[in-house]
Amino acid sequence: MATVAEGVRKPPRRSFGESALPYLLSLPALLVCIGILVPFVTAVWYSLQRYNLAMPYLKGFIWFENYKILFTDTVFWHTVWVSLLYTVLTVGIELVLGLTIAMLLQRSSAFNNAMSIALMLPLMIAPAIAALMWKLMTNPNFGIFSYLLSLVGVTDFRWGSSPSSALFTVVLVDVWVYTPFMMVLLLAGLRGLPRQPFEAAELDGVPWTFVFFRITLPMLFPYILTAGLFRMLDAIQQFDIIYAMTQGGPGDTLMVFQVQAYLEFFTYTNVGRSAAILMVLWAITYFLSHQFIKYWLRLRERARGVA
Amino acid sequence: MYEKAKDAVDACMRKGMSRRELGRRLGALGLTAASANVLWGTASTRALAADFDWMKHKGKTVTLLLNKHPYTDAMIADIQAFKDLTGMEVKYDVFPEDVYFDKVTAALSSRSSQYDAFMTGAYQTWQYGPAGWLVDTNEFLQDESMTAPGFNWDDVLPNLRQSTAWSGVPGEALGGEGAKQWALPWGFELNSIAYNKKMLDGAGGEPPKDMDGLMELAAKMQKDVQGVYGIGVRGSRSWATIHPGFLSAYTNFDQRDFTMEDGKLKAAMATPESKAFHQQWVKMIQDSGPKNWSTYTWYQVGTDLGAGASAMIYDADILGYFMNGGDNKEAGNLAYTAFAPNPKAKGPTPNVWIWSLAMNSFGEQQDAAWYFMQWACGAEHALFGATKMDFVNPVRQSVWDDETFQKKISDNYPGYLDQYKASAPGSKIYFTPQPLFFNLTTEWAASLQKMVAKEVPVDEGLDQLAASVDNQLKQAGLG
Repeated sequence: MATVAEGVRKPPRRSFGESALPYLLSLPALLVCIGILVPFVTAVWYSLQRYNLAMPYLKGFIWFENYKILFTDTVFWHTVWVSLLYTVLTVGIELVLGLTIAMLLQRSSAFNNAMSIALMLPLMIAPAIAALMWKLMTNPNFGIFSYLLSLVGVTDFRWGSSPSSALFTVVLVDVWVYTPFMMVLLLAGLRGLPRQPFEAAELDGVPWTFVFFRITLPMLFPYILTAGLFRMLDAIQQFDIIYAMTQGGPGDTLMVFQVQAYLEFFTYTNVGRSAAILMVLWAITYFLSHQFIKYWLRLRERARGVA
Repeated sequence: MYEKAKDAVDACMRKGMSRRELGRRLGALGLTAASANVLWGTASTRALAADFDWMKHKGKTVTLLLNKHPYTDAMIADIQAFKDLTGMEVKYDVFPEDVYFDKVTAALSSRSSQYDAFMTGAYQTWQYGPAGWLVDTNEFLQDESMTAPGFNWDDVLPNLRQSTAWSGVPGEALGGEGAKQWALPWGFELNSIAYNKKMLDGAGGEPPKDMDGLMELAAKMQKDVQGVYGIGVRGSRSWATIHPGFLSAYTNFDQRDFTMEDGKLKAAMATPESKAFHQQWVKMIQDSGPKNWSTYTWYQVGTDLGAGASAMIYDADILGYFMNGGDNKEAGNLAYTAFAPNPKAKGPTPNVWIWSLAMNSFGEQQDAAWYFMQWACGAEHALFGATKMDFVNPVRQSVWDDETFQKKISDNYPGYLDQYKASAPGSKIYFTPQPLFFNLTTEWAASLQKMVAKEVPVDEGLDQLAASVDNQLKQAGLG
């Protein structure tokens, strides 16, 4: 009597190459993952150590002491505040300006196309170079902007060298450099929107404010979120513009995360403290990105539901 | 004729003849300056090679990490002499100062053997030395088989030798017992006043004699000369703001950065005398400094003087030297004066910056690197740099005593030698050596910025600074 087992055909034996193929295919991803994780885990490890290169005899595991020192330091909370303020101001202004310019250039014409290329130029300059250029242009002795201000009677505006105007100055440079980035992404989004809702609104004689707030903005929102996310990630990690213009000063006025971490490592050789600052920055960046993406996914779900 | 000329140069090398006399004799033999230079170079090589096996490392290559600087230019211009002397090759990377020390920190902290020797300041050795990144050059200096008899270490100015040697014990005096010679002094700058003589003469001003006089003169120049500010001093948020004029003046009022109490460091910036001095310094900048003072590095301080934007500077003397030549608008109009801000002081107390050469402890050919270092810091190369190039200030007494060098400086930079002679005896590093130098001095500069910007009153700012410094010293187990 034939058993059931005999009736089932054994699957053909796979060669070693065939069995290993899935692992081989995922190997590059695994290597990239390890490449990312190793420095990250190393940074976490360093952040839990008292590790100053100039004082090797003090090196040791101190658990969360570096974090405790940071969180009890008023300068650190100022760093958190100024980093977030810088991020909100730059991303907000660039978003509004980028969207405005994109809407002005929405219709494809020879002039608009030429303008969109011309407006891209600041994006092609390294931010550190742009900062140095602006440092010269805002020099109170010979800078063109100081000269222009003097024509309208403002003779003592100190730009990046005064605590009251330093943030304004670096935000201005950031806006000059990165607004084109917003503009390009949003222009692509605007030109990619379906035309029918706009044509229908035009036929119905709907006011432009209604069209903008109820049709354009909601449809453009995924693009706005994407552009905002990219810029937010960059702005909260700002280094080059601020360091080139003020080195984080005057005083502690512009002591943002990256400048603080850079000084701790390269100038003070305090590896542990520098790593702890960067881990806090990572946590904030992760949280903000997570919120952005969660919101974006919710919007997408809602759009699908409506559809 | 060649033999006669060669003998004359050799005699000069043996110090049997002054260089001025040598020039006269070579001229009499009909030699051009260019030919004399060639003879001088070959004679230098012969003199150096006379009683030391310079060819011991022939065929090896040493690699250097260098900062863009006139000292570097002088060395590169003379590098063939080293190659001829030793049969060695030299490779080098030159970086601008803005990124130079980051590059050094990155190379050394990664234990890279890429560079055998590198340029450094004395302050940096307070980090690099205890970290184990530098070789204590005493082991070479005290080894007669490794150091040429003509190296003459004692010829290097004593204060500079001491300032580049430290035991590694926080707070212990530089150059004290058990000090390790972390670097060899190569060139240095002290801090004094350089001023625009034409401008001062035009406004009826006299070089200042003390701090009050400096403040008055700076205010007068700012008021009397259109478009010019009174005094240029550094102000960026960096330790480099504290070490030049500021610390030189601070020290002149008998003030210190730290005191030692029971073997522990304690901040000394909040004394009544220190507060009085800070008040004056802050007021001077507010009244007569550049509008964007808080972004000023040595570069802006120097170029403003050279461009006629400032009436004077209290900074490195060599800045005034370089701005008095080349294509600078005010070239030829600048003059120098030694400066003791405290009327009760015995003389000036300039803090110094010493460009030095140090050896990478991870380097794989330290003996060969040492040959390079002793040549580069030797008297022959220093004399070449000082007389043929712009290698000021040399670290060797013999170069300062050289007639050709003295004539070059006197003819082209009137008053510079007098300024140097008056400043030199009190010139040394006045900071207390300790591994948190850069943290605490940068914080000092940040506090100064807050005071100048009137974000905090001077008294309160200094109390806050001292409390923060003491806290950091405590955290590091130093206070």
